[in-house]
Amino acid sequence: MHMADALLSPAVGGTMWAATAVAVAHCSRRLRIEADDRRVPLMGVLGAFLFTAQMINFSIPGTGSSGHLGGGLLLAILLGPHAAFLVVASVLIVQALFFADGGLLALGCNIFNLGFLPAFLGYPLYRRLAGRAPGTARATTAAITAAVVSLQLGAVAVVLQTVASGISALPLGTFALFMLPVHLAIGIVEGLVTAAVVVFVRATRPDILPAATPSNRSVTGVAVSFATVALALGGIGAWFASANPDGLEWSIARITGADELDSPLTTLHARSAELQRRVAVLPDYGFRQDEGRDASPEGAPAASNLHRPGDRLGTSLAGVLGGAGALFLALLVGFVLRRKAQPT
Amino acid sequence: MTRVAGLLDFRRLDLLATGDSSLHRLDPRAKVIVTLVFIICAMSFDRYAVAPLIPFFVFPIAVITAARLPIAFLLHKVALVLPVALLIALPNPWFDREVLLQLGALQISGGWISLLSIMLRSLLAAAAAIALVAVTGFPAICGALERMGMPRPLAVQLLFLYRYMTVLGEEAVRMTVAREQRGGGRPLSIRLHGALVGRLLLRTWDRAERIYLAMCARGFTGDFRGGPPSRLGRLEIAYVAGWSGLLLLLRTHDVTQWLGAAALGVLR
Repeated sequence: MHMADALLSPAVGGTMWAATAVAVAHCSRRLRIEADDRRVPLMGVLGAFLFTAQMINFSIPGTGSSGHLGGGLLLAILLGPHAAFLVVASVLIVQALFFADGGLLALGCNIFNLGFLPAFLGYPLYRRLAGRAPGTARATTAAITAAVVSLQLGAVAVVLQTVASGISALPLGTFALFMLPVHLAIGIVEGLVTAAVVVFVRATRPDILPAATPSNRSVTGVAVSFATVALALGGIGAWFASANPDGLEWSIARITGADELDSPLTTLHARSAELQRRVAVLPDYGFRQDEGRDASPEGAPAASNLHRPGDRLGTSLAGVLGGAGALFLALLVGFVLRRKAQPT
Repeated sequence: MTRVAGLLDFRRLDLLATGDSSLHRLDPRAKVIVTLVFIICAMSFDRYAVAPLIPFFVFPIAVITAARLPIAFLLHKVALVLPVALLIALPNPWFDREVLLQLGALQISGGWISLLSIMLRSLLAAAAAIALVAVTGFPAICGALERMGMPRPLAVQLLFLYRYMTVLGEEAVRMTVAREQRGGGRPLSIRLHGALVGRLLLRTWDRAERIYLAMCARGFTGDFRGGPPSRLGRLEIAYVAGWSGLLLLLRTHDVTQWLGAAALGVLR
């Protein structure tokens, strides 16, 4: 459920950047005060673990959809919320830069949705429900509850950020109607995976969990045992890994009916049309006629075109010609620079 | 296999930053700032903007060509975002059916125009991010961000993640290829997979531990030292000012429309 640059307006993206920057500054200050040298490599290796684990998509039974481990809650339980937040942020930054996953403008949204919410809302909930030394059943229930709450909040955040940006035409209600159930399923899976790892770590190396008293034992053993479980889980995950799109993409595909939809199609269509009618009276849709005009010659408002049918073809033609010309000029710049850059 | 290919791509993209061109030599901060200006300008159009987005391709094209980067490889990397972009854009034609554009008998709804717009935005955003990494390199970007105010713990975390990731990735690629060559095309069983992954983990941890100890032995004090010190000189100021000026011009003036009008004028 990565947010994407293409769906975001700079106002929404910038606000989330600012919120995330405050959280990063706060967490960094906390870590500097605690000044635990051994935690630096541990955080690094856990980041690399999270990165590989996230490439593996679990299929969610009965839906044809799939999701991957978010890991924010798991890291918060192992490292505490401040270090976990920075680890998740670092993973998202690498994904945005190297894989164009989400994007740079959307970084603030993604770090908030996938890092802040699980670490600072999901994790306190887990602590409260699990208590100091929970048994397997209690830890599992607590982890599932916390993961479900984090992912539902994350899904709501994605919907709100998308709708507030106004690039996608998806109505709020319809989008939420599909995102929330999908992420309920993902949350349960996330909670189960998180609980399995936590229970294992508690059984083998209880000293690394922040609730226990700190000890002077080497961090190496902890990291190895943790990463063993993690990679074993990854191995099982890879076995079930599917080529299905993950939750966000799937729910959007579902809404559009891009995938094969048989019986639900007609009701879906009727419902979405009704929702669209209801949403269309909101002022959100009113800007189209003002802003469409100066922004895009191709998207010139229909109203003005109807009055002057003679202009219509001219405006569109100018748009098409201009677009082709601009693209040609951009390529020409590249060609000239290439020639210049060629070692002679 | 796509994961292995992805890791190989990661390595290749990472190595591109070791190139030597006038763009490679610029202070990383200048390149980060221009990329951010680019993204804010290009992403701030409304949902029906298509034509005004096209001139923005000049920025990634100019960076990639001037830095002598492999065009086909980067084009492929950027094109990987298209399927996802199509998925997130597809609801628009469904929900937004008002006809905004009429070309002869062909009626085009607002939804299709905004779909095209989202595809272009995705391409531009991906091209800008990938061009930045290819011409700057990840450690230099971290250094630039730290000098621009990113807290040190996050910078150190990013550099550690970056180091462990390549260690893990290359090891995984080697082991996967070795298993495939000896496996006779058989699928990987869960039991074998567990053994493979367990071995990978132990190797990775051993190597990471060696690297960390070696870094401590060489006086690692919790900070990473970057390459040669760079400063914001005249070249950097010119680079930032030049691109920001052009990008703001493209944002505020519809150059595409001018070009189109000029072309129509010539035709008449």
